[in-house]
Parts: sequence; structure tokens; C-alpha cells
Amino acid sequence: MTPRATYLDHAATTPMLPEAVAAMADAMTRTGNASSLHTAGRRARRDVEEARERIAAAVGARPSEVVFTTGGTESDNLAVKGLFWARHAADPRRVRVLVSAIEHHAVLDAAAWLTEHEGAELELLDVDAEGRVRPETLRAALAREPEHVALVSVMWANNEVGTVNPIRELAATAHEFGVPLHTDAVQAVGVLPVDFQASGADALTLTGHKLGGPYGAGVLLLGREVVLTPLLHGGGQERDVRSGTLDTPAVIGLATAVEIAVGDAPRRAAALARLRDDLLSKVLAAVPDATLNGDRGTGVVEGGPSRLPGNVHLSFPGCEGDSLLMLLDAHGIECSTGSACTAGVAQPSHVLLAMGADEATARGSLRFSLGHTTTAEDVDAVAAVIGQVVERARRAGQHASVVGP
Amino acid sequence: MRVLAAMSGGVDSAVAAARSVEAGHDVVGVHLALSETPAALRAGSRGCCSREDAADARRAADVLDIPFYVWDFAARFTADVVDDFVSAYAEGRTPNPCLRCNEKIKFAALLDRALALGFDAVCTGHYARLTSGELRRAIDADKDQSYVLSVLTQEQLQHAMFPIGDTPKPAVRAEAAERGLRVADKPDSHDICFIPSGDTRAFLGERLGARPGAIVDDATGMELARHDGVHGFTVGQRKGLGVAAPAADGRPRYVLGIEPVSGTVRVGPADALDVRSIEAERPVWSAGRPPADRFACVAQVRAHGGLAAAVVESGPDGLRVELDEPLRGVAPGQAVALYRPDDEGDVVLGSATITQTI
Repeated sequence: MTPRATYLDHAATTPMLPEAVAAMADAMTRTGNASSLHTAGRRARRDVEEARERIAAAVGARPSEVVFTTGGTESDNLAVKGLFWARHAADPRRVRVLVSAIEHHAVLDAAAWLTEHEGAELELLDVDAEGRVRPETLRAALAREPEHVALVSVMWANNEVGTVNPIRELAATAHEFGVPLHTDAVQAVGVLPVDFQASGADALTLTGHKLGGPYGAGVLLLGREVVLTPLLHGGGQERDVRSGTLDTPAVIGLATAVEIAVGDAPRRAAALARLRDDLLSKVLAAVPDATLNGDRGTGVVEGGPSRLPGNVHLSFPGCEGDSLLMLLDAHGIECSTGSACTAGVAQPSHVLLAMGADEATARGSLRFSLGHTTTAEDVDAVAAVIGQVVERARRAGQHASVVGP
Repeated sequence: MRVLAAMSGGVDSAVAAARSVEAGHDVVGVHLALSETPAALRAGSRGCCSREDAADARRAADVLDIPFYVWDFAARFTADVVDDFVSAYAEGRTPNPCLRCNEKIKFAALLDRALALGFDAVCTGHYARLTSGELRRAIDADKDQSYVLSVLTQEQLQHAMFPIGDTPKPAVRAEAAERGLRVADKPDSHDICFIPSGDTRAFLGERLGARPGAIVDDATGMELARHDGVHGFTVGQRKGLGVAAPAADGRPRYVLGIEPVSGTVRVGPADALDVRSIEAERPVWSAGRPPADRFACVAQVRAHGGLAAAVVESGPDGLRVELDEPLRGVAPGQAVALYRPDDEGDVVLGSATITQTI
């Protein structure tokens, strides 16, 4: 017997919005390379440019600041490597790459690669116990030899624990020292108020599949005056910083999803916060010693909530996240131990470790991420089983955690 | 029953899981990540710990339509199997890491966790049979793995399933192909999974460093050569001794004994390797206790081969195994597995760790 699936892993990927599916399916029936000069090409170009304008309008950017990519990983790599290469070429003293300790691996590993191969010096910015980069931390790092800094990258909202960073203040701080700031906002767009120009960020990553759009379609918002060295060379389709024939149907699907998600964000954020608070209180009622990781979610950061409204990240003492995940999966509840990993092996989360958690706590944690399809029934499904699941995982956890003969 | 299928990514465990599903059990596949630094691809036919192997196991689970997870047992494996392996060699013993892995990981750490999570049994692709609680040799004599399972207690055996022990390996491969499992023609894994190079001496050398000592003639006590550490030697070894001068009688020399404290390796002629009596400690009895204080059986001292009829005396401190005919290449640290001969396939009575040979 397979119970109805309770999908609570929207931070990993979201179900596509029917409107986005319909728009893409329609576009897939048409031929046309957006770079071609004939009628079919012009039609595709018009679709792409309309999509660009719709996205720009939704996130407070100019159309020329929208660079289409294949998603979050490409946008992060393009921003981190591209900014480093361009700034380092302009002034070889610029080798320092300041990156928060809680970044996604698409930023962390890109920066680490620059360190290994391109002479960069990676410096991780500490976060506080809630997982937030404090502006004074950035200021202190910048103040040491600011002329040696190539770029700063701090994510808008953390994918694991949901803590929101004060991007406007961080960008202003970076600009005081003449340094550009990139922000990975894949978890924020469509949930939090994101305005590119108001934020002051020089580059911003967003991706389709985290907001009800297609996989393999994303954007790097890039300020008009920001110079960046490309990753991919070829036809120079996107502002000469990104080559490759544009995936017109995906771009249309992406624009449709961004427009709907952003338009719906205030209402959805409020609804998600209610469901999240309900889920949290029910889990804590069943498992009183569970602890919420990250910001409490009661504060305000730059006019928006201080925590992603759909994120519940908990540690369950004495449990292995692996065991919890499997037992919940058996009850049809789909969630995550954190960021998915290619090897499939749960590593203790670098985010929790950066927040000061010990390894056992990091291993015993679970993320429920709510999204546009989440209902009160989903919350109740978790509430109904979490007590027995944790109890069972705890019995198994004691065996797993003991090393020795 | 709720069955946890340990899936290495090889053909045997994939077919074992498939049979378990077909038998009507509620099966969940788990791949054990045993290496702290897994390689991306399998090196030759060695090992079972690469990401490619994990992907093969995942794909087999997909085909069987069962849930699949990767569990990280790397820290435990390192502590209980790899470190144990290294320290055994450092002490002049010859360990069997597969046996140790079954004893400490698959049917201990993994089984305990499975039981705690509500499973009834752990299913593996070992070639051995379980019939009414008795562990028997596999049908396929070349593949028989009952030796490396002889350390299991009755309680462990009660929660174990070996669904392919009744089938010859070629038939297992054919069945995998029929079931659409792409691991059907994947090469067999050999040797020691955590030494992908296959060079055990180099692996041990890296971990233990140079610990020089002497190679001496067992009969005369004369030093014949120097060596870099006793971990490079195992009883019965002939090659790689580095002794230039031939023996007086012109016959090849073999390692007869290793003295880890002084670092001395004793060598001598082949017939000096003959062992007629074995002392062993820490016995594990498959039925929970020995069949009698003194009993006749078949003793086996290696994973494959090394069999002799024997009489066993079981005492409070361990066993004495008197062999009817001499065996060679018997080293402290190895397990001696004891079997009751049976026309349907010998039955494992138990095993113990060899401490001394005479």
C-alpha cells in the first residue's frame, strides 16, 4: 500500500505551475532560433524578449540585466568566476573572494576552484547562530586590504535553514569599499519581496524549478555596468557574457512562473507562514526536545520576513537524519536531510556546522519545505506520524552513532 | 516480512534483492558507503565502494521498484575493519577483512539498525544457504562464502537471508539479465575492497611506515636478510622474501613464523609449514554452543581451500583442533571454520580465531 504522497521538499524542487506547463507546451510546437533573422527566428526572438521584460518587471531589473542561463548552478558559477576573472584582469591585486560559510555548493565550490586553479584566496564569512551574515562581519573582512577583494557572495535566503540575509545592507557595505556583491536568491524569488535594483546587488541568481517553473532554466541578473568574463564561449547570445542557443520554450515557461510566483508572493508567504507555524507547533508537541534551527521567523529583515515562510528545519536529538528520512518516506512523507548530494551520502551539513552545531546535531536534522501545493492535510500527515518515527529512529540512532568494537 | 536488502552494486546482491521482492517481502534497498573518500569510478574489478557502484545499486533498486537509500557506515568501517586489518598485520597476524565486515558491519551495525527501524531481516548476495537456522555451504562450491559468514551467531543468522546460495553463479548472471538488471555482466569483485590498487604491502607500508627487522633461518637462527616491516609477510609466503643466498639444500624457503615484537621473520622449507594442531580463541557457535566437548568435524582455515578432517576439543579458553592430515599456510589471526559434513552441503558449526599452530 502506498499512501498519498505528502510532498514537503519544495526547497529541492517545486511542482510546475499548470500555466507554465501550458505556455511551454505551446511554445514547443513552434520552430525558431531566436538568433535567426527570418520570420520564425523573429517570432522566437519576440517571445524571448517578452519573457525577458516580464521577468525584469517582476524582480525590479531592467530587461538588459536579465541573462538567461540553465539554472542556479550556472548562474552562480558565472557570477563567481566571471566577476573574479574580470576584476582580477583589471587589477591583479584583486584575489580575495569573500563568501559566506552557508552558501550553496554552487558558490562554495566555484570559489574553491578559483582558489585551486586561478590564484584566488577564498575567505569564508562567519555567520551567527541563526545562520545570518552580519554586516559588521563583512565590513571587518573588507576593511582588511579592500583593494585586494575581487567580489563578495552572500545568499539572499539559506536553502537549508531558511534564514534571510540583509542583502541591501551587505551590498551597500561592499559598495563602500568599491566591491561588487553577488547574491544567490533561488530560494527567495517568488516568496520574499525581491527587487534587484533596490537591493543594490550587482548580480543575482534565480532559477525556474524552485518557483513553479521548468528545470534547466534560470537567470543571472547582472547590473548593466557590471563587467563579467564569460564561462561559455560561442555565439555570444546573451549580452556577450553567455553563449548558447536560447531554449525559447523554457524561457517562456520561466517567465510565466516568475510572473505568477512573484505576483502571488505576498498572499502565498502569509499562507505558508501559517502552515509552517502550525507544522512547527505540532511537531514540537509530539517531540518536545526537537529544536528549530535558524531564525525564529518572527523578525523583519529589510521589509520582509526574517525566515523563509515555508521552511521548517529541525534537529532531533539522538536520531540519524537518514533514519528519519526513510521512516517518513515509508509513510509517504517526502522531505530532506538538507541539501541533496550527488553521492547520496548524508554529510553533516556545512550550514549547521557554520552555525555552531556539533556533528551529531547536524546529522540528526530534517528539513520540511512547504510551497505552493502544500495544504493543511500535509501538515496533519506529518503531525500524525512524527512522534512514532522519531521514537523509532532514536532506537536505531543509538546503534549507528557508536563507533568501536 | 520487512526486509532490508544490502546492495553493493554487484550482480549477486541485486539478484538477492530481486528474489526477496519476488518472495513477497516488503523490501528496501540500502547501499553502504564504506569509504570516506569514494572514487568516482570503479578501479578494474576491485572494490564495491565507488560512486559508480552506488549508482549501479540505485539503478537495480529502480528496476525492482523498491525504495533505496545510501547509508554512511564509513567511520565504523574504518574503525572496525580497516584499522583492525592494519593493526593485525602490525602484530604479525593475518586477518580476513571480509569476515570482520560481516561480523562487525553487515550483521552487527547494519542489522542492529535495521531491526531498530522495524525490519525483520537483512538480505545479502552471499553464496551460502540457510536451512532451518543452519548455515550451509552454497551449491556453487567455487563461490561458497560460508567461511566468511561462520562468525555469525544464531541470533544473527535468524535475521539473515541469503537468497542466492542455492544457485550457481552463471545462473545468477543469467537471471540478472532476464530481470533486466544492467549489472548482469559486471565483473566479479576480488581482493580487498578498501585496497583498490591490490597492493596490500604498499597499503600497509603507507600506514605503518618502515619497521625494519631480520629474516632468519628457522633451523640455524642465522640472519639471511633485512626487511622493512613484518606487515609485508604472511605465513606460507614464498615470494618477495629478498633472501639472496640459496638454502643449503637448494629448496625454496617459506615464511614459517612472524615475531612482531622483535620484528623477526622466520623462514624455512615447505614441510616445516605443516600444521597438525591449531589453537583458537573467541569461538562463535552457530547453534549457540558446541555440539559436544569433543567432536569430529571438517576444519577450514581459508576462504577457499585449506580443508582437513579434524577433532575439536572445546574448553573454557578456546579450542584445540587436531587435524587428521597436515595443512599448510595456517597463520594466527585467520579464522578456523568448523563444518559438519553433510551430503546436502556441509553445515557450519562455528568458528574461532587462530592463536597458535603446531
